[in-house]
Amino acid sequence: MSSILEVQSINKIFPIKKMFKKPLDLKALSDINFTLGTNETLGIVGESGCGKSTLAKVLTKLEAPTSGSIELLKIKYPDYNPKDFHSHIQMVFQDPYQSLNPRKKAFDIIADPLRINTDKSEAEIKELVFVMMKRVGLREEFALRYPHHFSGGQRQRLGIARALMLRPKVLILDEPVSALDVSIQAQVLNLLLELQQDFSLSYLFISHDLSVVQHISDRILVMYLGRVVEYGSRDEIFNNPKHPYTQILLDSAPKIGFKSIATKNDVAPGEAPSALYLPKGCAFAPRCPKKTDHCVKSIPPLEDKYNRMVACLNA
Amino acid sequence: MSLLIVENLNIHFKSDRSKDHIHAVRDLSFSLKQGEMLGVVGESGSGKSITNLALMGILADSAIVKADVAKFNGVDLLSLKEKAWQKIRGQEISMIFQDPMTALNPFLSVQFQMIETIQTHLGLSKKDAIDKAVELLNLVGIPSPKDRLKAYPFELSGGMAQRVMIAMAISTNPKLLIADEPTTALDVTIQKQILNLIKMLQEKNNMSVILVTHDLGVVSEYSERLQVMYAGEIIESGKTTDLITHPRHPYTHALLASRPGALVDNLKRMPKTPLPSISGIVPAFHQRPIGCQFNPRCEFVMTECQRSPIAIEVMEPKHREFRCIHPIQSGVIQ
Repeated sequence: MSSILEVQSINKIFPIKKMFKKPLDLKALSDINFTLGTNETLGIVGESGCGKSTLAKVLTKLEAPTSGSIELLKIKYPDYNPKDFHSHIQMVFQDPYQSLNPRKKAFDIIADPLRINTDKSEAEIKELVFVMMKRVGLREEFALRYPHHFSGGQRQRLGIARALMLRPKVLILDEPVSALDVSIQAQVLNLLLELQQDFSLSYLFISHDLSVVQHISDRILVMYLGRVVEYGSRDEIFNNPKHPYTQILLDSAPKIGFKSIATKNDVAPGEAPSALYLPKGCAFAPRCPKKTDHCVKSIPPLEDKYNRMVACLNA
Repeated sequence: MSLLIVENLNIHFKSDRSKDHIHAVRDLSFSLKQGEMLGVVGESGSGKSITNLALMGILADSAIVKADVAKFNGVDLLSLKEKAWQKIRGQEISMIFQDPMTALNPFLSVQFQMIETIQTHLGLSKKDAIDKAVELLNLVGIPSPKDRLKAYPFELSGGMAQRVMIAMAISTNPKLLIADEPTTALDVTIQKQILNLIKMLQEKNNMSVILVTHDLGVVSEYSERLQVMYAGEIIESGKTTDLITHPRHPYTHALLASRPGALVDNLKRMPKTPLPSISGIVPAFHQRPIGCQFNPRCEFVMTECQRSPIAIEVMEPKHREFRCIHPIQSGVIQ
């Protein structure tokens, strides 16, 4: 499998300026490495504040990484001109209510990427838009409606149609189903799976819902406070998680048909610390049930163990 | 004895646009025992939040609430005047909301908001109220509660803010706690902590809890009984374990089967294969279908489903109820 997107040791630091004080560094991403293959789905899992969305922004060039390199189709990010870049990589956002311009009609929302990035005539655009609308399951008469006429699921279809208009190779999906009702989630997930085959897309699927990630992904990247803690194939990670954080994440996810056993003890006490004041050593150590003395001394490296990459000294 | 009995609750809303009232909740009947946790599952627009607001007596003036019976602890809720409501609301029935960040007043410190509740309902002095607040924050697991009292809501994380909300809600030792999507805005590890906390308090204070959520996983782990709502009606209810393994209504069945992790009839679904999905969307209030509310989306629909409203059917001995003429007979879901 050839890789389409290669991310090499990217860091993203946001300087936080405070009046009369030294600026603080917020390490949003630290030393992130991964590759995305053609027609593959990489699931990115983690809680809020772990850097998932910053990663999506860096990958779509909405933010520049502080250091490190990203190659899309073997070309480095700074070497792209914007038009080429955006025809290769596109994004679908979490909230279909806020990511569509309320003053534009559905037709224009879908047509704009073509108008901006290509020299196609309006007649060609019209044809392409209707083909795409049909493909994502929107009826033709919807073209002249405004976003507020649509339900959540239809809006997300609109967002997907817009992202696919330039026939990108990579689609970044930032929590694409979490704002949708349960009965609509399956519809959108099925659509995403079909489109992946039809357009041979590579997905970067960001979600906090583990059952959704397990269903749609080939490989999984687990993040905690800006670092990759575990990275490997779906089955290895879900059937045999090695990092204590991954284990706790899988345990915490509500499962149908299981009575809660841990009524008294919380699986992971406390909350993730602020990325501004990261603890010394492993960032998960303060909440980790398997913590030992050397965990707080140095940051555990991401090592190749048990057929996956894992950043834990005690794994 | 039941703490709460509701029979044939109907909630209409007056509409500016049409003469017809909007029928938001239709013939809702349920009861809740002291110390029991009832899970309520439904998508947006199913009427679950409106029912809760009616139980708290905080619906807007445009709402018309009618019921045959609505008794809480022997008190008829329908005949209550505002003064009497104030004795029950917050004191006997408390509520926590989905988004703790918007439920707390951003301009007031945690202390101000907490002792206001405590002083109003318990009539304590300010000093005693502060002591009580510290004790409550301790109980809900907030580290260094004295310092946290001085904090403003924006200084708290989502999980912490929800703990503060819970502390306020249980400060009066209510008999019933309504938790309306208490963890939807939170991360999974924090979600587990908050649900464990609610469960612990339920058992400790012998408190009844109505846990409203759209996540079937959450209710199946925590609640003893479950009721599924769709388009303003209860379409199925029963013991949680029984209901989720043997759903009888096609909607419940489809909802359970469409979860990516579900095992249907012991068949494990392979990743990256299509999920069984429910076509269409929940009908809007003014476009509710005739007959079974689910019939436009149901794969087993028949002509009699589209004629007249479907009555609820009670199945003994397990006391299962469902609103379907052709219930699903098999289909074990895990």
